[in-house]
Amino acid sequence: MSILVNKNTKVVVQGITGKEGSFHAIQCKNYGTQVVAGVTPGKEGIEVEGIPVFNTVENAVKNTGANCSLIFVPPPFAADAIVESADAGIELIICITEGIPVKDMIPVKYYLKKNYPNTKLIGPNCPGAITPEEAKVGIMPGHIFKKGNVGIVSRSGTLTYEAAFQLSNLGIGQSSAIGIGGDPVHGLSHKDVIALFNEDEETKAILMIGEIGGTSEEEAAEYIASNVKKPVFAYIAGITAPPGKRMGHAGAIISGGKGTAESKMKALKEANVTVIENPAFIGKVIADALS
Amino acid sequence: MKLHEHQSKELLKRYGLPVPEGYAAFNLNEAKEAAQALGGYPLVVKAQIHCGARGKAGGVKIVKSDEELESFSESMLGKVLKTVQCPNGKVVSRLLIEKATPIEKEFYLSITLDRSNSKILIMASKEGGMEIEELSKEKPDAIIKEYVDPALGIMPYQARKLSFELGLNPSLFGKIVSKLYQAYMDLDASLLEINPLVLTKDGNIVLLDAKVEIDDNAAFRHKDIEELEDITQIDPLEVEAKKYGLNYIKLEGNIGCMVNGAGLAMTTMDIIKLAGGSPANFLDVGGGASVEQIANAFRILTSDENVKAVFINIFGGILRCDRLAQGLIEAAKMVNIKIPVVVRLEGTNVEEGRKILKESGLNFESAIDMWDGAQKAIKLAQ
Repeated sequence: MSILVNKNTKVVVQGITGKEGSFHAIQCKNYGTQVVAGVTPGKEGIEVEGIPVFNTVENAVKNTGANCSLIFVPPPFAADAIVESADAGIELIICITEGIPVKDMIPVKYYLKKNYPNTKLIGPNCPGAITPEEAKVGIMPGHIFKKGNVGIVSRSGTLTYEAAFQLSNLGIGQSSAIGIGGDPVHGLSHKDVIALFNEDEETKAILMIGEIGGTSEEEAAEYIASNVKKPVFAYIAGITAPPGKRMGHAGAIISGGKGTAESKMKALKEANVTVIENPAFIGKVIADALS
Repeated sequence: MKLHEHQSKELLKRYGLPVPEGYAAFNLNEAKEAAQALGGYPLVVKAQIHCGARGKAGGVKIVKSDEELESFSESMLGKVLKTVQCPNGKVVSRLLIEKATPIEKEFYLSITLDRSNSKILIMASKEGGMEIEELSKEKPDAIIKEYVDPALGIMPYQARKLSFELGLNPSLFGKIVSKLYQAYMDLDASLLEINPLVLTKDGNIVLLDAKVEIDDNAAFRHKDIEELEDITQIDPLEVEAKKYGLNYIKLEGNIGCMVNGAGLAMTTMDIIKLAGGSPANFLDVGGGASVEQIANAFRILTSDENVKAVFINIFGGILRCDRLAQGLIEAAKMVNIKIPVVVRLEGTNVEEGRKILKESGLNFESAIDMWDGAQKAIKLAQ
């Protein structure tokens, strides 16, 4: 068990002939992921390192049985790529693209919710999902992850790597690690992923990595308090971030007194979550608690 | 991206929205010309800065003569105006000169995204002129909220409902709300705030102030608006960083940070603080940073005179460690590095990266992890 991706996941990479798309398609394949197809309009018939390229996601699905899409399409065309995946019957859409306008994402989110309630969107502006030693569907460096029982959910890519690396070095593996992304309008939330980990037998503990902006962490805290019996750990980035300044991610901004690291930590502590103050010791705190 | 009040009003005017007649003035001559074009006094002169609470800070004045116009304009133009919201102040690069509006009553109106449900939210209140933060704390019941369905857009009944609750003429105010929503969507705004919106003594509605902020991710389809950006309102190093696609925010401390990824960049700032130091900046070199970008990042970072040591914290995902190492070497060639540099590398191609750095002959201190790196940087900065 694990969540969202595993050795049976068949991936179609949208934007496979682009620089990042081809680089990461090959990286995923080398990790052991079944990368069965690529899509670039107008390039059907060619191959990228043995991966067949199609004009449409529909063709890719028909010919290869792909059931998960990984999107590297540039921001102006990324919303279109997400909808194309959903319309082709893909039920797990992972969008890596950074910089999609909010106005493009709002209708996409509602379209999916209304027409494909079972379809899950991860991202945009995220590192993707990994189930160590089974499948990597994203841009994370695979070698730092290790198979095990801690589920990780995070808004930030590099912070996910940092945490996984610390855990792996201490001999603690991960069931799955999911990067939900740093945009204001995105697919799965902290709460959604925690619910999946909560149901997953292999996951014995959950690490949630959050950051300033929005109320996703507070909503997760509320869910955890009434639903989760597994130990939950959390780290929140941005204690030193000044209000009104966008900290890289479009969603990481303290505005109108909302979204501070303090308020998130407070909500999590009240939900009996172990809040880790020093990010250099994420691994150590979890190792000590689980031993 | 933030816009000035006068720019926001010019954009909204294109949608047929009622804004006071007025002109922007960049110097004293233009201020006088504006006064003439407006046909006499009294006039309202408003300092244009990217910061709220200008009125209380003395940045807004009603002038009744040429002399008053001149003396107030001279006291503002080119000067730094500090407000409660911007304690360090912003330079006044221009003024907005408007006809005075006879006010009967003031209201608050804004449109923005509610991230908790991914819907566009319209907020209104009879308590105009108050900051929405204060209002939501002190009188949360005084804020009226309407959510817009993404497929339908704002419906006429919603605009009517807002009118009735505010006590405004529905045919007049309803049209304004619909046009404001249209403008918000067309402009790819992330915030549209009218505070105050006023009912005039002769029964008209006027947008007395206007604040429009544009979604940075949508700038590519609004080249005309992008050109409006007033860089005098932004730290020069932030402007320089933006040219190279770098995400840099200047802070007050003395440890320069170069990090990949926004989350890790924030964390690096936090850990410096936790170790007893103070970060000089937020700097995310991004996922696909080129050698040139990294080199420029290094140059920008070290051109902040407060910076006494640099902490480079890289966890390679998309950005491979060997590429970063090459960037650092290029940067070292470009800028004469006089301050200590601590490097912590981990992730994709880390061995190659470390090897490249080691063989470069550069005198960089290496750290085993973040905590070690932060402590070393703080020690070296002393």
